[in-house]
Amino acid sequence: MDSPEIITGVKTRFPGFAPLSVEQNYPDQVTVKVCPGDFLEACLALHKILPSPVMTLFASDERGDHAKFVINCIFVNLRKSQWVIVSMDIPQENPFFASLAKDMHSAMLFEREVWEMFGIEPKGNPDLRRLRLHDEVWPSGNYPLRKDFKEIRPGGVSDYKFCRVEGEGVFEVPVGPVHAGIIGPGHFRFSVAGEPIINLELRLGFTHRGIEKLFEGKPYPDALRLSECVSGDSCFAHSLAFARAAEKISGTSVPVRAEYIRGIFLELERMYNHVNDIGGIALDVGFSFPSAFASIIKEAILQLNFGLTGSRYLKNVNAVGGISIDIGIDKKKMFLSSLKGIKKDFDELVKILYSSVSFMDRVDSTGALHKKTALDLGAVGLVARASGIPTDLRKYFPGIHKEAKFKMAMQETGDVLSRLRVRVFEFRESCRLIEEFTGKLKSGQDNINNKPGIRGGSALGYTEGWRGPVLYWLETGREGLLKRCKVTDPSFLNWQGLSYAVLGNIIPDFPLCNKSFDLSYPGNDL
Amino acid sequence: MTRLIEPGLSEEACQAGSELKALIRKKFGRSLHIRQVDTGSCGACESEIISANNPIYDLQRFGISFVASPRHADALLVTGPVSKNMLIALNETYKAMPEPKFVITVGDCAQDGGLFKGSYYTCGAVKDIVPVALHIPGCPAAPMDIIKALLGFYKRRLS
Repeated sequence: MDSPEIITGVKTRFPGFAPLSVEQNYPDQVTVKVCPGDFLEACLALHKILPSPVMTLFASDERGDHAKFVINCIFVNLRKSQWVIVSMDIPQENPFFASLAKDMHSAMLFEREVWEMFGIEPKGNPDLRRLRLHDEVWPSGNYPLRKDFKEIRPGGVSDYKFCRVEGEGVFEVPVGPVHAGIIGPGHFRFSVAGEPIINLELRLGFTHRGIEKLFEGKPYPDALRLSECVSGDSCFAHSLAFARAAEKISGTSVPVRAEYIRGIFLELERMYNHVNDIGGIALDVGFSFPSAFASIIKEAILQLNFGLTGSRYLKNVNAVGGISIDIGIDKKKMFLSSLKGIKKDFDELVKILYSSVSFMDRVDSTGALHKKTALDLGAVGLVARASGIPTDLRKYFPGIHKEAKFKMAMQETGDVLSRLRVRVFEFRESCRLIEEFTGKLKSGQDNINNKPGIRGGSALGYTEGWRGPVLYWLETGREGLLKRCKVTDPSFLNWQGLSYAVLGNIIPDFPLCNKSFDLSYPGNDL
Repeated sequence: MTRLIEPGLSEEACQAGSELKALIRKKFGRSLHIRQVDTGSCGACESEIISANNPIYDLQRFGISFVASPRHADALLVTGPVSKNMLIALNETYKAMPEPKFVITVGDCAQDGGLFKGSYYTCGAVKDIVPVALHIPGCPAAPMDIIKALLGFYKRRLS
């Protein structure tokens, strides 16, 4: 056995643990195969000892080849830079498993997803309402991610059951799915008593497009293009996580120059989104000048992206095995001088915001997501860091960021101001990283792309996008076509954080709280 | 502030925009009001539509503004393939608009489903659900493309 430490650790909490197998699939990935009876206890033990929330949990339909369903639950071991996958087989007749969500809330949404997409029941889960296949339009009994799903069979449709808050003076305010601004669709249902919000229920899934099913049967290049359209403001992070999974499976090494160029684009994506959100936060307190200023900086970065790659959103840039666009000497010069201007303007923007007393008053202590709540929900990425949870794949996993002595942004209070400060810190850190990476682009390293071989297998690809960790689980057949692709955008876990952060705040501050999270509708809805 | 943006771009936007403004005056009296609905877009088209309103392109100075309610809108701008979950909302939004009204689609997936064509959860092209007068292609459509496409549309309509 390759990772006795993990098994010993699990045994301290679960003495009778007897894994069926333990396999180190890749240097950064360990799979622990367990029998269904041990799944719950093993997952809970790992959750405590690592400690890690459920980073993703999903099913695969292997009834065709092996007459079973498989469920994988993935945790992250930040200290060891490793992903721990707990895997179990489930018989194909009357499939079910014991719910983890009662004891570990971060499993909740994933279990609901497994139930609606595969019809595998998480027994004991108190909330089996559907997330994406809305009851009003999708007949019950249709499980689209099962391999034998071809067309919709008739069945009952019904209404979604919202949690109701009742009592004297309690009002319900429904908002959406179509909002007032230029933004994705979602339904928010506020319950208020007087001004403060006492409950916020989110109903999302409006932009569900069936992406995971669309991945199936595609070769890598087509699937990579699709990954760029999962969440349009994170094209690069998604395509990078996808490419890394595919590279692990096919055993393709990435040329060092391509790694640095990928690093540069990943940080550029972070920068344009962070400055966009900083402007959005200013706008939502009615401070329009810095907001306009921020949108000019965002435009400058988008134009820089265009100058470097021909795409403002860095589409068609990534490839499995490297990158399709080089940053040559001429581009490098233009790039560094633009970056200098962007940095200078950004400093000015931050000065304007931080020196405005009324602005700081609005963002300070507004929309606080406390550390305990964030931990229980399994919040990830930027939102977690603002609430005092040290987590950033760039810091804990080996790679060019770690080599560049990446500094992680951290705040404690989890309010709008904390999330703003994390963004400001990360924007500046991104500038530093880009300069460092650009310095590493030396002449003579001409290769930017290795051709991937064709090999079957499965692997987890990951990267720290600007919202947080973007995870892609791929399973590929021998002929190189995708059999299963599970996409986990950080928004999926973090949306719940928003519904806790707004409690006690007033509805007029909701846009501000919402913008400070700035979560993706399409990334969540898939 | 540092001069970040290529000066030519602002001028290009200004020229196309002024022409557009004159046409909108003629056709709509005062200005053109647009209500945007996302029916399953990845968000990149939204980002570009917001960019078209930034100080560089500043659509509003040419008399085009995005409004919060379909009741205030002359045009409906739709992005994304139509997710089954958005079908009702799209129809209701269109119905809520006063006549005369028209629909614009932005982005490749709004035209025919794009990469999402054939999914179990998309309803096909926007034009099969509501009548579409103008399509602006792109993945996503850049702000300048949006301004130019609107100008071209008015020119065709008024000539």
